[in-house]
Amino acid sequence: MELLYFGDNGWGDELFIATLMTVAVSISAMLIGFLFALIFTPLKLSKYKILNLIGNFYTTVIRGVPELLVIYLFFFGGSGAIMYVASIFGYFEYIEINAFITGSFAIGIISGAYSTEVFRGAIQSIDKGQFEASKVLGFNKYIHFFKVIMPQMLRLALPNLSNVWQITLKDTSLISVTGLVEIMRQSYIAAGSTRDPLLFYSFAAVLYLLLTFISMKFLNRLEKNYSRGF
Amino acid sequence: MDFDLMITSFPKLLSATVITLKLLSASLFFGLFIGLLFAILRLNKNPIINKFAYGYSYVFRGTPLLVQIFIIYFGLGQIEYFRSTFLWAVFKEPYWCAIIAFSLNTGAYTSEILRSAFQTIKPGIIEAGKSLGISSRVIFFKVQIPIAIKQSLPAYGNEIILMMKVFVIYVS
Repeated sequence: MELLYFGDNGWGDELFIATLMTVAVSISAMLIGFLFALIFTPLKLSKYKILNLIGNFYTTVIRGVPELLVIYLFFFGGSGAIMYVASIFGYFEYIEINAFITGSFAIGIISGAYSTEVFRGAIQSIDKGQFEASKVLGFNKYIHFFKVIMPQMLRLALPNLSNVWQITLKDTSLISVTGLVEIMRQSYIAAGSTRDPLLFYSFAAVLYLLLTFISMKFLNRLEKNYSRGF
Repeated sequence: MDFDLMITSFPKLLSATVITLKLLSASLFFGLFIGLLFAILRLNKNPIINKFAYGYSYVFRGTPLLVQIFIIYFGLGQIEYFRSTFLWAVFKEPYWCAIIAFSLNTGAYTSEILRSAFQTIKPGIIEAGKSLGISSRVIFFKVQIPIAIKQSLPAYGNEIILMMKVFVIYVS
């Protein structure tokens, strides 16, 4: 138990910082995922076949490929791709991308695919009359989307988005393979240097449970808040 | 693109696929039984049994699979007493550790899927069976389980695909 103390002899402070890192990666991955969802949801809902195809391609491929493969592809393939582009412009030095950025991008692309599906489902389950009514009232596109569609969509999407958040949170444990020091990596280091894997991996499990528990409470409250008046 | 390398490494990748499929089918088989067991426990009226089953599914669904594998593979070997029992022969092998971790994990998700399937069965159907004088065991196996299987198949299909993707973790 002394091993978990804060300070020089314990791993408590290191694990605390690692937990913050996990939260930071999850949040930035979720935000990057929203960005991707914002691009690909309209494509999936568009009336043009080609745009539909692009949107479907993105969600099907990303959801059908293992998460670890995407992370490997980004981490080992990403710097290669950037170096290739740089070599065209006459820059031949080795370029290394930050593990945090590649990690959150890889997880972000994955969670973006899930978010896209969630948003598509939410928009499609909004009553058709709402779209027609806002057209009849002559709202411009901005008001139509942000004041009419978005609030209704958020309410429908929130329960599924909290699922996506849980998946994203757990997927960040896979980034540990790239050497980013989050909960999993830190417990791996600690377990290696103290020869006490049972304690540290169990503690990592407790930390993940704590994170999911807290975010569940928060998201449940948010859900209640958004479904007011229904 | 190095096509020669692709062609020479293809047979190896193919044999690795066979291992993946073996592991997948074994852990889905065990996971289904674990899931069914815990789904039944979840529906039990006794609050302690109920809470126990809920805790199981909460812990296994709330932590990453990587953590579970590490605890089972690296962590359990640390306990001195455990090393002396016959179970140690099983837990020493990475292959069996993977099957145990994956079965426990998929069991937790399966129990949730089955529980919701059992809960969607209308009470009227069970009451109809009772009023016909059929014993509750026969009702369970001949009425409730077939309906639950039908209800849960779409969600269970998703779970199988998720498990297949998750098997990549095994390599690391």
